[in-house]
Amino acid sequence: MLKTLRQIASLGIVSEPPPQPDETLRIRDTLQDRIREVLGRALCIRHVDAGSCNGCELEIHALNNPLYNLEGLGIRFVASPRHADLLLVTGPVSKHMEVALRRTYEATPDPKLVVALGDCGCTGGVFGESYASCGRIANVIPVDIVIPGCPPTPTRILQGILAAIVRGQRAGTSA
Amino acid sequence: MSLQDWLSRSEIHPGAPGMRALRVPCEQWQKVAEHVAGAGGRLICLWSSGRVNTAPLVHAAFLVEGAGLVLTLPLLDAEGTYPGIEHLFPAAARMQRAVTDLHGLRSTGADTRPWLRHASWPQNYRPLIDPGIPATAAEARIDSYDFVRVAGDGVHEIAVGPVHAGTIEPGHFRFSVVGEKVLRLEERLGYVHKGIEQRFQQLPILEAHRLAARVSGDSTVAYSWAYCQALEGLTHTEVPPRAAWLRALYLELERMANHLGDLGALGNDAGFAFGLAQFSRLKEQLLRVNQSVFGERYLMNVIVPGGTRQDLDQTGQLALRKCVWEILEEVRTLRTIYEEHEGVRDRFNGAGIVNAELAARLGLTGLAGRASARPFDLRCDLPCEPYVRLSVRKAGRNEGDVAARVALRFDELDESGRLIQHILAELPEGRHHTPVPVPSNAAVGAGLIEGWRGPVFVALQAGPGGTILRCHPHDSSWHNWPVLEHAILGNIVPDFPLINKSFNLSYSGHDL
Repeated sequence: MLKTLRQIASLGIVSEPPPQPDETLRIRDTLQDRIREVLGRALCIRHVDAGSCNGCELEIHALNNPLYNLEGLGIRFVASPRHADLLLVTGPVSKHMEVALRRTYEATPDPKLVVALGDCGCTGGVFGESYASCGRIANVIPVDIVIPGCPPTPTRILQGILAAIVRGQRAGTSA
Repeated sequence: MSLQDWLSRSEIHPGAPGMRALRVPCEQWQKVAEHVAGAGGRLICLWSSGRVNTAPLVHAAFLVEGAGLVLTLPLLDAEGTYPGIEHLFPAAARMQRAVTDLHGLRSTGADTRPWLRHASWPQNYRPLIDPGIPATAAEARIDSYDFVRVAGDGVHEIAVGPVHAGTIEPGHFRFSVVGEKVLRLEERLGYVHKGIEQRFQQLPILEAHRLAARVSGDSTVAYSWAYCQALEGLTHTEVPPRAAWLRALYLELERMANHLGDLGALGNDAGFAFGLAQFSRLKEQLLRVNQSVFGERYLMNVIVPGGTRQDLDQTGQLALRKCVWEILEEVRTLRTIYEEHEGVRDRFNGAGIVNAELAARLGLTGLAGRASARPFDLRCDLPCEPYVRLSVRKAGRNEGDVAARVALRFDELDESGRLIQHILAELPEGRHHTPVPVPSNAAVGAGLIEGWRGPVFVALQAGPGGTILRCHPHDSSWHNWPVLEHAILGNIVPDFPLINKSFNLSYSGHDL
């Protein structure tokens, strides 16, 4: 126990300040003001892997490490779509996950946001469309924000998520 | 005929070192497999090839007597059945079912349920042969699957997935339980099947390493290296020594990053959030150095046919040495904390046991195999360059529980750190890349690399004009997923996430 406490004390706080939201990632502008009003800066995210190679998942995990201090920003990942405000979806949508993704979307209460994560989620990526792949997320459910990258860095993901909920510098008001 | 006779009849198979190839008729196919099994050999993989207007072939790759053996069975009749080998190598059962789903070829195996095919394409559509998209695919349908039912007083089922509660890949687990105790677990995978093998056939052979690197993102180095090894084998390309050493550096960095991530997640699953915070911070430290030195956190694009994308300068070498040294120092402290923590010990010890006998019978492989008294590591037992010169110290445990798989990760982390320091100190001078010619039609090659999870195998066959006739990437998860069904037996449901994590198997690498 002493060792554990010593390790915690000697390390101190490693969290870094968050990046600015990136408004250029927004592709759809519906209900934004209402969502911001309802959610403020407390956001619950449900991640759905709809067919990813698991590369994007590594960066979602990284986003939860102490350096990014996600929960300090009021953002957390939840275990059920029924608790979620935002779906963070990775992958090209495999045909086998199409129904599961639609159902997850339907189970998420309104108002809701959808963020497509990674090159595959944005365009279908290297996998494209085939007998087994529906391609990009927007081919299956409506998408508000796209975050390209293979995989996008945690900072990039955070910029996208913040753009989804925070009125950024574009509007000239602080979050 | 003995095993030695079969091996002496075989020919050199280009690609990974020590690979042999042997073509056999139907009546000898099972015979050879029996001899391999009798000699304590291992199945690497079973797959099929052949396109429209060519005779279908079934292949099986084995590791036996310090060599690799790729066995090929030409089938005269695509409608008939070929002899299954699942009674000798239980892991082959699902691979044979996948061959039926993708190639339409049927084995004599008793389990005829589809495996990778759900409802998205009809049974008569063969993705690796037939062109286009089948008409029914546009209509997503719900299918049903015949899970084995457990009946009796108080038995009930818990269905989990495909969408899981955490940031995990999709798959379905069907538990049959009494109270909290698990009587049976049946997995259903295939949810992330996105047509990787068909996609390979549409890509130029000199560019498809990009797709190989995305078969399973957490093993991107192992897959891109295995693909390039196969390609370089079939084009008879000699990779410069510096490139081979740099590839080994990437592979050990990948092993370190994944082991750090797993050790944190395992602490967390045992209710020790401190572990997750500490190890995920160390992993981030490593990824950031990767970013500054290679321009990539996960090294997704650094291995290219003929060598590596970039060289490594003195500044980069220094940054890596410093970072790895610092991380290992901290890991030593954290290891004593894990080992001395009552609660963590209580959860790790005796959970999810796979004993040596079961591991051998089911063919447990890779990291999990080494924790269950199956001391096999390609880096020691069938090493390619530069591992022949690195004398890797193989880690091994006998207990086969979560604690053993944790201890193994700690041991391997230490060894990877040592290897990285050694590689950086001894890195040969010279070029890091050599051009690769367009391969000749029908040339074959195989790649075999010990990824952090276990052996990664790639079988590659060139088509005319720089195309791919067939590429089959194979993850060690194929072998270990069925063993997980046994590891959970008699444990309680709440221990499943911990036990599952201690294996940390790939869904994407398996579903393809």
